[in-house]
Amino acid sequence: MSAQQNAIDALIEEPGFIRQLGLFDWLWASVVLAATAWVFMQYGSNMDSYEIGILSLSAPGLIGLGWFWKAFRPYSLVVAALSLLGIWLYGGSYANAEAVFGLKFLFSSQSAIMWMSALFVMATVAYFGGLLANSQFTLQTASAITWSALVMGMTGLMVRWYESYLIDPEFGHIPVSNLYEVFILFCLLTGLLYLYYEGRYKNRSLGGFVLLVISAAVGFLLWYSFERDASKILPLVPALKSYWMKIHVPANFIGYGAFALAAMTSVAYLLKANGEQHNPQGLAATRLPSLDMLDDLTYKAISLGFAFFTVATILGAMWAAEAWGGYWSWDPKETWALIVWLNYAAWLHLRFSKGWRGIPMAWWAVVGLFVTLFAFLGVNMFLSGLHSYGEL
Amino acid sequence: MRKSHSNGSRLINFLGSMHLAISLLVVLAIASVIGTVLKQNQPYTDYQIKFGPFWFDMFRSLGLYDVYASPWFLAILAFLVISLTTCVGRNLPGILRELRHFRESIQEKSLRAMKHQLGMTSTLNSADAQSVAQRILAKQGFRTRIKTADGHTVIAGMKGAANHWGYLLTHIGMIVILLGGGILDNGSLGIRIAELQGKLKPETRNIAAADVPAISQLPADNSAFRGSVDIPEGSHANIIFLPVRDGYLVQHLPFDVEVKDFRVEHYSTGMPKSFESDLVIHDKDLPKPLATTISVNHPLVYKGLSIYQANFGDGGSLVKLHLLPFTSRYAAQDIDGKIFNDYNLSSSDRKYALELKDFRLYNINDMTQPDGSTKKQNVGPSITFKLRDETGQAMEYQNYMNPVPIEGRSYYVSGVRSSPADPFRYLHIPVDPKGTTDRFIRFLSDLQDEKLVQESALETTKTSMQQAKIDNTQVEDQVIKSMVSLTAIFARSGSQGIMDEITKRFPKEKQAAASEAFMKVLRAAMEAVYQHTLKQEGVTGEPSEADLAFFDDSLMAIDKLSEYGSPWLIQMKDFKQIEASGLQITRSPGKDVVYFGSIILSIGVFLLFYVAHRRIWVWIKPLDDGQSEVILAGSSNRNHPEFERYFEKLQSLFQKTIGQDKR
Ligand code: HEM
Repeated sequence: MSAQQNAIDALIEEPGFIRQLGLFDWLWASVVLAATAWVFMQYGSNMDSYEIGILSLSAPGLIGLGWFWKAFRPYSLVVAALSLLGIWLYGGSYANAEAVFGLKFLFSSQSAIMWMSALFVMATVAYFGGLLANSQFTLQTASAITWSALVMGMTGLMVRWYESYLIDPEFGHIPVSNLYEVFILFCLLTGLLYLYYEGRYKNRSLGGFVLLVISAAVGFLLWYSFERDASKILPLVPALKSYWMKIHVPANFIGYGAFALAAMTSVAYLLKANGEQHNPQGLAATRLPSLDMLDDLTYKAISLGFAFFTVATILGAMWAAEAWGGYWSWDPKETWALIVWLNYAAWLHLRFSKGWRGIPMAWWAVVGLFVTLFAFLGVNMFLSGLHSYGEL
Repeated sequence: MRKSHSNGSRLINFLGSMHLAISLLVVLAIASVIGTVLKQNQPYTDYQIKFGPFWFDMFRSLGLYDVYASPWFLAILAFLVISLTTCVGRNLPGILRELRHFRESIQEKSLRAMKHQLGMTSTLNSADAQSVAQRILAKQGFRTRIKTADGHTVIAGMKGAANHWGYLLTHIGMIVILLGGGILDNGSLGIRIAELQGKLKPETRNIAAADVPAISQLPADNSAFRGSVDIPEGSHANIIFLPVRDGYLVQHLPFDVEVKDFRVEHYSTGMPKSFESDLVIHDKDLPKPLATTISVNHPLVYKGLSIYQANFGDGGSLVKLHLLPFTSRYAAQDIDGKIFNDYNLSSSDRKYALELKDFRLYNINDMTQPDGSTKKQNVGPSITFKLRDETGQAMEYQNYMNPVPIEGRSYYVSGVRSSPADPFRYLHIPVDPKGTTDRFIRFLSDLQDEKLVQESALETTKTSMQQAKIDNTQVEDQVIKSMVSLTAIFARSGSQGIMDEITKRFPKEKQAAASEAFMKVLRAAMEAVYQHTLKQEGVTGEPSEADLAFFDDSLMAIDKLSEYGSPWLIQMKDFKQIEASGLQITRSPGKDVVYFGSIILSIGVFLLFYVAHRRIWVWIKPLDDGQSEVILAGSSNRNHPEFERYFEKLQSLFQKTIGQDKR
């Protein structure tokens, strides 16, 4: 009896969260903490109290993220290493951007971003190729390319951050402050979100769809930097000199990224549904994941996006309260943020209460992306307002 | 919380219905678009021009010029609040039940009917099975209730009930935000009501604050407002202006704000780095005046009012002006001016009023560099003014104080336009080697001097005809006559005048040839006059590259003069800048309420999405042989795929520990 008892006890035993953590988890935590401490010592002098606050909060954030999503660890370690390499190559002189090979062709923010752009496009092609050829190997390669694109992009941003201080300590700011920089951010966050779900659902067939959006963003990015030489590092206008911005913008772009992801999974959904109806043997019907999974993924993405977008909008309001003297001024950018928010709120209501699924909701999610796109780009292009973000 | 039609009347059902909610969300979204495509709160005249009388009135009656304060828009928001409230109110009882009730008295058949259920016989007796099941659920973090009745036991467990709090907090958060923002902070609502009661009437005339009648003024204890005021350096104000549709109201402040100094700091690129004002708050409640500095993103909060650095402009700078006439008939004139003042000009035949509008210390313009690239560059101070003639017609000018270098040469630049809608047309007056306008003006007056033109014309014609070995006095006279007349025409009305002359005198097919000939003659004449101008300046011999360039530039400038509309070049010789700081001052008692609601909302949303309310039932019935029959069943209100996986895990755990599958 008691033997059986122990067996049962062993089975039942549900170790608590902390006890579940392994050696690598703790290793990760200590690495992050060490890194944070190092950053403090290195750059603390250039930070104001808010940046210090943000940094100290981002440390536990990173640790948690690494525990929650293992693949994130090697990624961030490589990014950290390459960023430091880039910074080291600069050796304290911005002139080296053109002089030093490693910067000119790899790690100066400009070059790194170019690499990111190229890799994202390659990855898109690879994903679709893999899907059509039904080749797991190609798909794995595609994932690898996407990861490397993300590495280069994030490294680019990190180095750009450093460059801004290098050009002139007065210019120094976290690179989330103009349209060029946030487009990079958008590509990175969308890519990361996708890769997370790819690992989570062990399914690579959606990569092409999601990276299509990213490639489009990359296209814009290139046009924007070549036509308007937007990649130039400029100092912040007074209105943007706010610690709120540093959290408001990234939160916003987690939202945008998630909505973009949801739209593309919905496109896949529509193709799949159409395929199953009209030719069940066709590519769409056979190669794409099940409708249930697509629907679930869309819901997860939209709710994630919605949650962060809610917070971002609130942070925006708090920022506006300090910059413009009112937490809500019905400025076009604000208003369009609200419109996006209301749109997805309605979407979620239908799904929650009516349990709506399927084609109409998928279409709605696709339309949602265009609404979002307008909020994020159209407003700057067509409407005038208080937002001092990059006019086109 | 499925919609339950049992309780509450139809109305409640309608107000709290998902249909209404979703319609409201969508309608609000669409309504919000209007205010973003139609620029809000512009001067009504702009709208009139844009839409014409009919649509202008139509749109005004719909309140489209201030959509977000229009009754129908506020009505939508009100409905939103009602919808939210009824929804919450209606679901609250149900939710509380959900939170408290474990449903331990659930029936066997309903368990078997569940999507997630597993029946099995256990080798354990019911007591052991129960204790194991209990321990499993406990380890899995479920709170449990146990009920033993007519021969079987039910262990009912649940976790993640916080999800329902998510639902409540989300909606309550929305309510709080809407009320805080829409009632407490809604200044325009109070104003609208007072207007309807006839207690308040926005002022539309552009008059001094002191002259604004009492009916357009708001007392200092007004609970919520957001307005602005421009205060020149060294002066102070105890009122602000609240924009209301096409007018404004004067809002009194409970204290007096003085602007000591306003500063713009610039980066090395010339871009502004910071706008800041040194303020002094004068308030009888203060032992001594409160001195402080505000800047963008760093407002001052005092007595529940927030003071923001919103804007800046000229505060009535002092400028020394020199009026340089384009004709020798007028005398030059000097004026000690102050921005925002008007001056009557008498030194010309036609009378003009000079209205000084603005002074700018920096003008960061895109300048084309010698290498062709453009670069932002500060071209120094400028003054903006209007010249209004007797008929009331006004031209607007923007004149730069210092010569502006353009492609290697430099000019006194003056922009002119007849309507604010147009871009400036620029007059470039070339600067002579001494850095002055002297040579240009002398050349111009020489051209206007008929006798002088006559002589120089004679001279050149003679020399050129001798060179050409022609001797024909008739031709000579002809040429000289036309030289003189053409020069006169050009000096008066530019190349356009010449063109008119040609069209007047020649048939179509001859005009091209004629104008070519005319231009040759004209140019020859003016070159001759220019020679003379140079000689007076002491420049003799062959004119240099620069002198020739100057000649061409002058012709271009003179050509433009006819449309310049001012008989003077009005030059700024000196200035003393006095800036004004644009302050926005608000009282928003609802702010903290809104923030509180926002926090509730955020927490709610995360609970809603990332916590699922899961229920597990274990139904145990002893069998005669000392074994027992067990049913494991479960449900979740969100995230069903997750739960499916979870339930499978639980299933196998139960199979391994309690008994083998019976299916
Ligand atoms: C913005 C204004 C909002 C309004 C006017 C509104 C209104 C409503 C109404 C009337 C209901 C129906 C209640 C019932 O079934 O009796 C409802 C349900 C619900 N709302 Fe909202 N809501 C709003 C915002 C949100 C937001 C931001 C969320 C978060 C995503 C949300 C999530 C929900 C959920 C989860 C339900 C329950 C649906 C169900 O399970 O039956 N609502 N809402």
